[in-house]
Amino acid sequence: MSFRARHLLGIEHLAPDEITTILDLAESYAELNRSDIKHGDALKGLTQINMFFEASTRTQASFELAGKRLGADVMNMALGASSLKKGETLIDTALTLNAMHPDLLVVRHPHSGAVSLLSQKVNCAVLNAGDGRHEHPTQALLDALTIRRAKGRLHRLTVAICGDIAHSRVARSNIHLLGKMENRVRLVAPPTLMPSQASEWGVEVYGSMDEGLKDADVVMMLRLQKERMDGAFIPSEREYFHRFGLDAEKLAHAKPDAIVMHPGPMNRGVEIDGTIADDINRSVIQDQVEMGVAVRMAAMDLLARNLKAARAGEGVLV
Amino acid sequence: MGQILFQNARLIDPETGTEALGSLAVRDGRITGTGGMEGAEVVDCGGKCLAPGIVDIGVKVSEPGERHKESFRSAGRAAVAGGVTTMVTRPDTLPAIDTPEVLEFVRRRANEAAPVNVLPMAALTRGREGREMAEIGFLLDAGAVAFTDCDRVVANTKVFSRCLTYAASLGVLVIGHCQEPVLSEGAAATSGKFAALKGLPSVSPMAERMGLDRDIAVVEMTGARYHADQITTARALTRLERAKAAGLDLTAGVSIHHLTLNELDVGDYRTFFKVKPPLRSEDDRIAVVEAVASGLIDVISSMHTPQDEESKRLPFEEAASGAIGLETLLPAAMRLVHGGHMDLPTLWRALSLNPSRRLGLETGRLSAGAPADLVLFDPDAPFVLDRFKLHSKSKNTPFDEARMQGKVLGCWVAGRDVFTDLGAES
Repeated sequence: MSFRARHLLGIEHLAPDEITTILDLAESYAELNRSDIKHGDALKGLTQINMFFEASTRTQASFELAGKRLGADVMNMALGASSLKKGETLIDTALTLNAMHPDLLVVRHPHSGAVSLLSQKVNCAVLNAGDGRHEHPTQALLDALTIRRAKGRLHRLTVAICGDIAHSRVARSNIHLLGKMENRVRLVAPPTLMPSQASEWGVEVYGSMDEGLKDADVVMMLRLQKERMDGAFIPSEREYFHRFGLDAEKLAHAKPDAIVMHPGPMNRGVEIDGTIADDINRSVIQDQVEMGVAVRMAAMDLLARNLKAARAGEGVLV
Repeated sequence: MGQILFQNARLIDPETGTEALGSLAVRDGRITGTGGMEGAEVVDCGGKCLAPGIVDIGVKVSEPGERHKESFRSAGRAAVAGGVTTMVTRPDTLPAIDTPEVLEFVRRRANEAAPVNVLPMAALTRGREGREMAEIGFLLDAGAVAFTDCDRVVANTKVFSRCLTYAASLGVLVIGHCQEPVLSEGAAATSGKFAALKGLPSVSPMAERMGLDRDIAVVEMTGARYHADQITTARALTRLERAKAAGLDLTAGVSIHHLTLNELDVGDYRTFFKVKPPLRSEDDRIAVVEAVASGLIDVISSMHTPQDEESKRLPFEEAASGAIGLETLLPAAMRLVHGGHMDLPTLWRALSLNPSRRLGLETGRLSAGAPADLVLFDPDAPFVLDRFKLHSKSKNTPFDEARMQGKVLGCWVAGRDVFTDLGAES
């Protein structure tokens, strides 16, 4: 096993064989999840706390289910409203939770770097469930697994990531992961939603869907946040859909067997046409959700193994 | 006050731009010349450097309001340990120093507690809120040496131009912070590859030039005396050069952190590297270092900003800005000398002579008649910095565990040894 990290904070510092290790294990959990008895015991007796400083339904549910299927005691904490308003700092919250001896801490926070900061103050394994605009590693891993299953490989593919790149942690984690696995990554966005020096990231930058999608194997759409729609970053919802929304006409520029992905939740008619999203021949959006649970089971399983090894004094943690 | 003869010193004279081995005589707090003196206390400098004490424009002492972060006493001790003999203090306290009454409090506290010269600056607008002019005349009478709203830009250009018009009539110096205020709102880093990958809200380096452009126009319009607190980007330098060539009464400074660190030093969201304006690209850093060497940038400051651990142990976007610098200014600045960018007299022009001149002070020189504010230092002595050994109450230095060169060996204010006391008390 080549995954030896204590935390899963991002894709940036993972090696390709670590990514493969996680995906291979997730593959077996995907099988388990399709069987009648969906139970493993990798996390039996362990406590998993989901700390969400930012509202989330889907990701939190996915982590909760993953933990429960592996036998962990799972507790959910929605912290957006309570402690932050009382003036408690992130560190205090972390120390309070740490005193309850959790084994796995799943954290989402609106600020970049916050999960890394928290991981320095606790002695359990920390999983980043999204920090600001920085990283969302399990999303990139579930995307990778979905691609690998649909395309039969995870290298030498052309992947177009389209939409609000500037504010997207999903985009950053995917850029890291797909680059490490030697794929060709293209970014397609209006200039106001493209990071200023994206071309230095080892990706190709496009301002038009037709060019960016040409001969792509994978088309990955990003969610456009409501508050960015009207006037601030783009002129209007309808102009955005016209120029950057994925419809059949734009998708025709990609390879005939290109798959369509979206991290959800979707804005139908804004970044993606509803009929494309529902097209079972092209859209793998439901597979992404399914793989999400499997990947999170794998990631938590591996982290729990490292945690137990460390506690047994094997000192493998880096 | 007696007589002191500094012998066997490497004299760093920024006024003449020279350094030479020699001796320096001091009587009654003033330099009298280089000749010998009968019956004087002799200080053998052992061939080490003797230079005018550093004049640091823009020191934040957190009195009034946040004395747990820094007091006049702790800042004064840090200054002595760093060879800073004059602290020009900022008014961004709680409350802001914007009335003669608050200024009087500051002067009294400074006299009681600080072993170095303290020259207070006052706010340009009431509460530093950018709406109404502060009592510039009264504050001037009470001893304010310059007027500034610190890192808050007076965004309303009508208010700003009236302040400068009024300031010009009194001949006072206004210190501005060059940033386009709306563009830079909420920014924690400089736009570029690093900030984008780390997912940090960022501001284009162009925002500094926009701010400087506006201020230059208002200076031209009003005839005010103006100093830009920190110019940190190559783009702004061309504008600065043009404005100086046009004969405007305008100077510029830069913080030691922007001369010795770049945006990549933030690394994994290290908040001790969060400063205002944010650290820049390496290209900008080099350009600004060269501008100090050429004299285009006049002044180097520590921009000493104490923050306690609680203000810094937060996610990067939420963490407070600023770094302490009084005690590390000299060794950090030695990097510019050891890196071959400038010689010691050139460095001391920016650390001592130019800030003195800009404020109309007699310090910054080694010539006869100048106040005997002196620092003795070894420019080469190596050490590894331990932040918990610094004299400031707050320990937010970006140089923790950094390898540095340059140690202060002695410090005199008006001929009085303030350095030996430091050792005795600590």
